[in-house]
Amino acid sequence: MEQVVQQIIGGLATGAIYACIALSIVMIYQAIDHLNFAQGEMAMFSTYIAWQLIQWGMPYWGAFFLTIAISFVLGYAIERTVFKPVHNAPVLSHIVIFIALFAIINSMAGFIWEFTIKPFPTPFGTKSVLGEGLLSAHGAGMIAVTGIMLGLLYLFFRYTRVGLAMRAASANPDSARLVGIRVGFMNALGWGMAAAIGAVAGMMIAPVVFLEPNMMVTILLYGFAGAVVGGLTSPGGAVFGGFAVGVLENLASFVPHFGAEMKLSIALALIILVLTLKPHGLFGRRIVSRV
Amino acid sequence: MKIKKYGMIPALALGFAVAMAGTVSAQSPGVTDTEIKIGNINPYSGPASAYGTIGKTISAYFKMVNAEGGINGRMINFITYDDSYSPPKALEQVRKLVESDNVLLVFQALGTPGNSAIQGYLNGKKVPQLFVATGATKWGDPKKFPWTMGWQPNYQSEGRIYAAYILKNHPNGKIGILYQNDDYGKDYVKGLKDGLGAKAKEMIISEQPYEVADPTVDSQMIALKASGADIFFNATTPKFAAQSIKKAAEIGWKPVHFLNQVSVSVGQVMTPAGAENGEGIFSTGYIKDQNDPQWKDDAGMNKWRAFMDKYYPDGDKTSSFTTYGYTVAQNLHKILLSLGKNVTRESVMKAAASIKDMDLDLLLPGIKINTSATDFFPIEQQQMMKFNAKEKRWDFFGPVIAGEVRGS
Amino acid sequence: MKTSSPVTSIIAAVGATVITLAQNWKLAGFILILVLGAIFPFWASGVFTFQITQLLIYAIAIAGLNLLTGFNGQFSLGHSAFYAIGAYVSAILMTQLDMPFYLTIPIAAAVCFVFGFLFGLPALRLEGIYLALATFALAIATPQMLKFKPIEHLTGGVQGLTLFDRKPDAPFGLPFDQDQWTFYVTFAVTILMFFIAFSLVNSRSGRAMKAIRDNQIAAKVTGIDLSLFKTLTFGVSALFTGVAGALSAMLIAFVAPDSFQITLAVAIFVGMVVGGVGWIPGAFLGGLFILFVPNIAEHIAFGLSATFDQIRKIIPFFPSIGEQSAKGLTGTVYGVFLILLIYIMPSGLAGLLRLAVQRIAKARG
Repeated sequence: MEQVVQQIIGGLATGAIYACIALSIVMIYQAIDHLNFAQGEMAMFSTYIAWQLIQWGMPYWGAFFLTIAISFVLGYAIERTVFKPVHNAPVLSHIVIFIALFAIINSMAGFIWEFTIKPFPTPFGTKSVLGEGLLSAHGAGMIAVTGIMLGLLYLFFRYTRVGLAMRAASANPDSARLVGIRVGFMNALGWGMAAAIGAVAGMMIAPVVFLEPNMMVTILLYGFAGAVVGGLTSPGGAVFGGFAVGVLENLASFVPHFGAEMKLSIALALIILVLTLKPHGLFGRRIVSRV
Repeated sequence: MKIKKYGMIPALALGFAVAMAGTVSAQSPGVTDTEIKIGNINPYSGPASAYGTIGKTISAYFKMVNAEGGINGRMINFITYDDSYSPPKALEQVRKLVESDNVLLVFQALGTPGNSAIQGYLNGKKVPQLFVATGATKWGDPKKFPWTMGWQPNYQSEGRIYAAYILKNHPNGKIGILYQNDDYGKDYVKGLKDGLGAKAKEMIISEQPYEVADPTVDSQMIALKASGADIFFNATTPKFAAQSIKKAAEIGWKPVHFLNQVSVSVGQVMTPAGAENGEGIFSTGYIKDQNDPQWKDDAGMNKWRAFMDKYYPDGDKTSSFTTYGYTVAQNLHKILLSLGKNVTRESVMKAAASIKDMDLDLLLPGIKINTSATDFFPIEQQQMMKFNAKEKRWDFFGPVIAGEVRGS
Repeated sequence: MKTSSPVTSIIAAVGATVITLAQNWKLAGFILILVLGAIFPFWASGVFTFQITQLLIYAIAIAGLNLLTGFNGQFSLGHSAFYAIGAYVSAILMTQLDMPFYLTIPIAAAVCFVFGFLFGLPALRLEGIYLALATFALAIATPQMLKFKPIEHLTGGVQGLTLFDRKPDAPFGLPFDQDQWTFYVTFAVTILMFFIAFSLVNSRSGRAMKAIRDNQIAAKVTGIDLSLFKTLTFGVSALFTGVAGALSAMLIAFVAPDSFQITLAVAIFVGMVVGGVGWIPGAFLGGLFILFVPNIAEHIAFGLSATFDQIRKIIPFFPSIGEQSAKGLTGTVYGVFLILLIYIMPSGLAGLLRLAVQRIAKARG
């Protein structure tokens, strides 16, 4: 029994990782109505930028916030340079562009910083919070940061004009233009915000998994799983989904005989199961389309 | 008159052909009077791209060889292609190397899946598949695959060394294993189990696999501690090794810890994991660790340092891949030198299978390269070592052990 | 009047054939392809034959995906799963039952159809992006599922299955080597599969598929059984990709979980977009792209080091790239290629051709 509790708490800690990424995925989905497959790579690249700043002597929190700012600008720039020229292209072509971005960012990170793993510092220290190393201070800090980000986003989308404009621009670009919203600008802004959130996620994740160019590849999948399970239209749902995936992944090791080996398959089965029962995720809103 | 004139042409043509044949190829594929072509595949992209450093190091090594005059007057043309760690791509690239580029041999192809895919083809075409870059035990089978040879100490023999140590020093211990769920990890586990023999079943109380794709191994580590094991066999690649060492310390688990030698790099694993967490960890080694201050003035190590500075300045000087790449390239260098003018696929394979006590710059003192017609494992000796957290280095102890495991 | 001499008859026959071909250019084109295919492996080197055989296999897989995504509107980023199933079924049948390779192809096709159909059932409830994610997860989980312990004795686990000794030789002592024979078999299967694809797309069912893609609700109103069509299309699409997988088992003579990573599913998807979504012949261009562009990117990346050094001679501040490190830029070059391609051909080759045809029509007035 004690082991189950340990695995659940451990799962919450890893789940916080997935929740972070899931949040940035949903964020960008809300902003541009597309799923960004390069989200993980962008987060990883931002984390490398932070690492480099710290190497050059900048203190942690300085590097932290500067990286967020730089990531915001980079995200904005990517949208304006890469996506604007092709925004009339069909959806499938957009997905190919995400794939291309993935390849470019991953390759550039490996080229600039090599593939050896690098430790990334944590501002929260490594002492245990819940006795006997169940939950480290960093793990708790990660959960807290995710919660704060979620709260800020909620306030942003609900109570600010820009947030409202962004939601309008992505839900219905044509109508939004008619009321004077600069849709292109909103898209780029959304990208910038998603990049910034991704940067935070990356910087929270790296101390646990060690920084290397391929660190986000599977985390992205689990993040997708979390976002889908929670519902792509619901940031809170995505966070919940991320935690759920983390806990369930750990509990999977209790399935006799092959549980430990089949964690990815269990994540897959989970996605399909949830979607079969609730096609828009547990907390997603159903969008009715009229003919 | 006419007939005579036309008769000249075939004669000239014949003479020309004979002359060309003489200069171009009385010799083996991949060899001319001025050049030797060496083929290689490495993962430069995709999930295993970290290992691409090895291919880059070897490439730089042969640049150095060329700068110093080549091998018996011939320059080395080292052709390396990216296989993205995908077997179909590996086969395609190797076919290109053999059929388009006409290489002398395929050297240090990396990865068990890729090598499995090309083994049948290369043996069928009688092209040496030399010094494959994987420690899987299946690469030393001269009867079935006479053109395939491994190089590094195979994983099973390493597992057996740990088993022997455990039986001698901790005969009543309980063992927990963390292993990568692929050829590499499973080979290690087999070696350990075989070495423990009848006692394996009662001593091993927990086996936790993980996938390369897993983000962390935290959950496995928690399970291992909960199992009550007091001996830990750690068959993980560098990133996961660092994670596991760190996690063990975090959760307060202090078993007798055996770490596989793929992940012993001080710079890549022990330091990120927190050197103090690594105190007392056991492993084996056969190559000098460049981060170890005891090799500060070592002649061989200084040669390597000079090589890195001049020919591979971008390279990661703390990575064990660069010392590995340098050493295996040096091995081939010496073999080719010994062949003199007679460089053919057969002569290369024969020389590779008859090495006696060859010394290489970075091999630990006492460890030598040895092969024979029935022994296709060039390096079988290893020495146990223990991590010294204070000095941040591995201290060797005990004798040089020959952990012989032949084919499987 | 002279009675026809043999020579005149022959000339008349040839003339008639040429005229028929000229009037019926599709038939002419088809015969040309057959002829080219027949002589190709004799003219080409072993490696090139191998590569083109691989190209044909990718084309079949891409056509399969196109049927599902291009013609029926169901996104899939997971077709590597069906490719893997096809390859493994073929390999297992050969190693366990000593079945001749040719028999394994239809069985692999049938098995993949069933799997595709089964996956299509929950897929009915998923739209657009959710389906893409579910299939993406399927592709990522596939290598792990192939290592499933209980079936390890069949699949060979992580080590996979080696089929090198079972590569079929040309039957009846025909004078073809293994490379050539493998090509011919693949070529024949390719022709068959594309014939099926064309027929399907141009049939009533094809129109129903396209109707579902364009407007599901309207299609339903016209009486098309959505569930049936969508799941059947999934099955057919999986069948195509499974056949490609089975052929690849023979070509590579080795199957292992590592052969079927997510990169394969992504490549098939990219191939479909590059060739043109909703255009069957585009599959060949897509296959060409995914087969050769990574190699070209590798060469370019490798050459970048030398190029940068040349530029450095003119502009001293220009950065230099170590020759070894340049290899790591392969992915960047590939990604840039891909983006440029989408800029120039946002709808793939099909879109470009359509545009060209339109312009020509316009110019004609």
